[in-house]
Parts: sequence; C-alpha cells; structure tokens
Amino acid sequence: MFELLGIPPQALFGQLLLGLINGSFYALLSLGLAVIFGLLNIINFSHGAQYMMGAFVAWMLLTYTGINYWWALLIVPLVVGATGVVIERLMISRLYHLDHLYGLLLTFGLALIIQGLFRNQYGVSGLPYSIPAELSGGTNLGFMFLPNYRGWVIVASVVVCFATWFAIEKTRLGAYLRAATENPTLVGAFGINVPRMITLTYGFGVALAALAGVLAAPIYSVNPNMGADLIIVVFAVVVIGGMGSILGAILTGFGLGIVEGLTRVFYPEGSAVVIFVIMAIVLLVKPAGLFGRTQ
Amino acid sequence: MNFKTLILASATSLLLAGTAMAQTAIKIGVLNDRSGVYADLSGEGSVIAARMAVEDFDAAGKGITVEIISADHQNKPDIASNIARQWYDQDGVDLIVDVPTSSAAFAVNEITREKNKIFMNSGAGSADLTGAQCSPNTVHWTYDTWALAHGTGSAMVAEGNSKWFFITADYAFGQALEKDTTAVVEAAGGEVLGAVRHPFPGTDFSSYLLQAQASGAQVIGLANAGGDTVNTIKQASEFGITQAGQALAGLLIFITDIHALGLETAQGLVLTESFYWDLNDETRAWSERFAAENDGKKPTMVHAGVYASVLHYLKAVEATGGKETEALMASMKSTPTSDPLFGEGMIREDGRKVHDMYLFQVKSPAESTGAWDYYNLLATIPAAEAFRPLEDGGCAFLAE
Repeated sequence: MFELLGIPPQALFGQLLLGLINGSFYALLSLGLAVIFGLLNIINFSHGAQYMMGAFVAWMLLTYTGINYWWALLIVPLVVGATGVVIERLMISRLYHLDHLYGLLLTFGLALIIQGLFRNQYGVSGLPYSIPAELSGGTNLGFMFLPNYRGWVIVASVVVCFATWFAIEKTRLGAYLRAATENPTLVGAFGINVPRMITLTYGFGVALAALAGVLAAPIYSVNPNMGADLIIVVFAVVVIGGMGSILGAILTGFGLGIVEGLTRVFYPEGSAVVIFVIMAIVLLVKPAGLFGRTQ
Repeated sequence: MNFKTLILASATSLLLAGTAMAQTAIKIGVLNDRSGVYADLSGEGSVIAARMAVEDFDAAGKGITVEIISADHQNKPDIASNIARQWYDQDGVDLIVDVPTSSAAFAVNEITREKNKIFMNSGAGSADLTGAQCSPNTVHWTYDTWALAHGTGSAMVAEGNSKWFFITADYAFGQALEKDTTAVVEAAGGEVLGAVRHPFPGTDFSSYLLQAQASGAQVIGLANAGGDTVNTIKQASEFGITQAGQALAGLLIFITDIHALGLETAQGLVLTESFYWDLNDETRAWSERFAAENDGKKPTMVHAGVYASVLHYLKAVEATGGKETEALMASMKSTPTSDPLFGEGMIREDGRKVHDMYLFQVKSPAESTGAWDYYNLLATIPAAEAFRPLEDGGCAFLAE
C-alpha cells in the first residue's frame, strides 16, 4: 500500500476530516465576524466571549431548566443575539463616526469583562455538557471512527454558512443591507430604517457566534476561556479570507481547518502557528486577503 | 492639629513602629495561575490555603506578622520572572509559594537563588527542580514528574500494558513527564511506540488521538495537565478510543479535572496523587474548612502542598527567630515535617520534600456518593520509594 510522506492514506483521510470539523467552527465564527465587519465596519473583538456565552447559556438551560440541546440550538442564538442588540444600541452605535480603533477597544473591553464575570462565577476547569442521545455513538467509515456528533457539526455548519451567504448575496433583504453599507443616507432616503437594520445585523452576527458555542459545548469543555483561545485564530482566518468577504470567510475557515489538521500530523509542534504564518504570507502577497477587494 | 498633638502623634507612631520591629514580619507571595487552565487547581485556593496555615500556626500569637500577597503569572515564564523580581526587589517578599507550570517555576527558581530568598514550590511538576536545576533556596513540596511516572507508569506496566504512545504538552513539564515515564516503561520491559507533542494550551486533541490509535499502542500516556487532559480524555471517549480497548494513563490528573469531566467519562482512570481530601479524619476536617471558604470546592493536592509548606516555613521562622535564608533552609531541612495533610515527612538536602504517594482509581457513578467522592485507593507508595533517589538526580550544589 502506498504511503504519503510516511502517513498511510487512510490515516490521512481521517486527519482531513478532522480538519474539516475544526474548520466548521472557524467558518461559523469568521462568518459572523465578516458579516459584522462588512456591514458595520466594527471589528467585533467580543466575538469569542459571545461564542463562550452561547456554550454557557446552553449549559444553563440544561442544568437549571432541563431544556435540551435541540431547543438550545434555537433559544441560545436568540438570547445571546438579544444581548448583542442591546450592546449595539447602548454602546457600539455611538462609535460609528469614530475610527475603527474605538470599536475594537470597546468590544475587546467587553470581552474581558464578560470572561471575567463567567470565570468568577464558574471557575476555569470547565463544565460537563453531554452529547445529545440522538447523536451519541459513531460510524465506522473504514478509515476512521467518526463520532455522529462531529458529522452533525459539519452538516449544520455548511447549511448555516450557505444560508447566510445566500441571504446576503442573493435576496432583496441582503441587497438592502449591502446598499446600506455603501451609502446609508441614500438608502435611508428610500424609506428604509437603516439604524434598525444595522442593529439587527449585529444581533445576527452575535447569534452566529452563540450557535457555534452551542455546537461546541458537547465536544470542548464549556469554560470561560474557550472563546479567548479561539478568537485570535478566527481573526487570522478573516484577515486571510479578506476583511468583510462573506464567501472568503467561509471558504478560508474550512480550508485553514484542513491545513491545521495536516500540520498536526506532519509537525504537531507547529500547529499553533501555521495559520499565522499563512496570514503573514497572504498579507505580503495579497494585502486585501484571498477574497477581498482593495478599496 | 496643633503643635502639641503633632508631637504626641509622632511619638505614638514611633512607639508603635518600635514594637512592630521587635517582631518578625514576613511577606509571602503566592504566585500562580489565576485565570488560565491551572486556575482551579492552584489560583485563589492556594491563597486560602496559605492563609489557613498562618491562622493554624497562630503566627500573630507567636510574634510573627505575616502578610500574604498574590499575583497571576498566566503560565508564562517571562511574566513569572518579572513579578518575582519586583516582589523580591521592591515589595520585600521573603518567600514565594506555589508557582504551577514548570517553565515558570524554573524562572522563579533562578531568580530566588540569585536574590537569596526562599521558593517553596507546590504546583509545578518537573523533577528537574531538584535535579539538574536544583537550588539551595528551593523546596519542591507536593509531587514531581518522577513520582507520577513511577506511580502510574509502573502500575500500568505491571498490569501487562507494555506498549505506550504519548500525547505530550510541548513545554518543560510535558517533556519531563514523557521522559520520566518512558524510562519507567522501558525499565519494566515495555516499549514506547511514539509520541506527539501538542502546543500548550490546546483545544482539539482528536488528531493526536487518531495518531495514537493508529500506533497500535496499548496505553496512551497523557503527558499534559489541567484543561488539556480534560479535553483529551473527553475526546478519547467520543472517538471510541477507550471502547476499542486502548487504555488511557493520565499522568497528572487533579481532582478538579475529575470534577470537570464527570465520573461517567472519567471512571476507571488510574492516577497518582500525594493528597486526597477523604484520606483520614484530619484531611477530611481540614478540607471541610477549606471548602467552606472556597465555594464548596474541595482542595487539590497543590492547595494542600501550599498549606503544608507555609506551615513548615513558619515553624522554621519561629525556631530560628528571624528570616535569614541560610538558617531557615537549614532548619527546614533538619526538622522532620509534620502536618495534618501529608503526615510525617522530611525535606531532603536537594530540596525534595518526601512523603507517601497514593495510587487511586476513579470511581464509577454508581460507587460515588456525590460530588467530590471520586477516588478509590489502590495502593500507597511509601515515601522511600515514591521519589527519585537523591544520588540519581544530578543535583550540582550538593557536590560543591
């Protein structure tokens, strides 16, 4: 049987699939970031904290009220998205006329506060959240044992990413949104409530992060630092894909998950930095990112 | 305020300062992880433990005033060394305790030696602290990688699990643990088939687990700690690794990790620790007091080590009547240790604190009576065998 760089092809398929699973999370998170940046011009640094909140709210629903995973998938994005709406109305909306940097500082500060509050309340060791009974167990694919839940994560992520891309690029509502970013005054003159649209967009971006949090809860430990560990990588994904590019964020998310997965096989010590090396190269060669347009 | 009151006030404060100087004033710095992966096993709990030691010793009644300060080293050696320098140079700290994360502990170890202060480590694992990197100013209290490797490693090989694969955290501690366990496995006639080193801290371990599975090893040795170990064990169960017959050897697992995993996932794991709250009446009584101050969470062995080491230090301060480093270290090493948590023990010349270690197995959910009732005691490893023999450590200052 042939081997590729010392790795049997079966093991390689397994690793590619694992990369795709991690890529699902990168794609979902970077998609939310890209939507927010593309339409609001805000670099949402609290995205990681909002992802963490998603996982925690799912845990709270199960622990305190007995609401199961499937309902959590629906309720959590609404609840966390609503907190996003409040934050946008009360704070972020005051910063639109200022430099990007202020939005970044505000959301970064918020992230630190949210993480600190959760850490104070729940510690850092993490809380257990079980895989729903319907998705426990796994399937033997021949080259690897795929837990059913991980398969579900890929499917759910692809569906949500596609639906978001479709809504923004192909529907009338999406057209309004894109027009409003180009020229808010003109769109407002047509009788469309631009500030409300922007508020809901931020809420939607946050809801995407929360959804990723619910998906992550059963496989990673639910702990206050789970978002902080991930968010820097996700920012690199957005930069590589091109700031604000929806399609770029999705494709780069999945692609980099695979690249990282392969690095874990060939040179595991480098798996934490490989994405940043790629980011540096992309910035040198194509500063606007792989799918971005220079303005 | 008129002139007369001013004179009176100054005289009073001088008098007060005078009485204070007749006492010994000690400042203890608890340096550990207060926000990251090791915050639950060390963190604020270690500060509580240090404070309990000061109260139980009745330091105030013996003319010793103790101030305890704390800081977060974020598991980074550079931050740890900056704080240690500032504490010794500007804040008048006499003793630094805890310091989990071996790379950070090495940094504090060096600075403590340079400033001729005292460092009593509880949280870090690398056996090099009393080996190649040993220092006359350092005591290593709670456990080390040699003891863990011998406890868990020997037990697993004795059961016939001779083929090993390691998943290792890629920094000083993980590498030391892998090295020490490899030596144990090979000495017992076992074989190490491979190892994968993951960046610290990590989130997704499935890729490494698949590599471990493909290696055909009987045992997957987890040379990592805290949240990394929790995630590895959780994902091993998810990917059907344990169900398929490979055993997991958690080389450093704390009770807080078991608490986070839940018994459903963690049951059956074999692990080595130097302390468990439910060992005897004394540990139970102390742990109950501790839990009352720590949101109901029971102590880890690291918390216990901080308590016991501060207690032993204060005894030396009382015995020598001062805080001169050489005298304190000599007193601590010549006096046998005795405390409710580790029982009788001693500090060796190389700074290694020697006591019994315990081999535990995690209970199944059916065996457990509730939260924190997690371990069955499999074996007690006597102090004489639990730690690396003095002559094998290669500690340089002993030869001088």
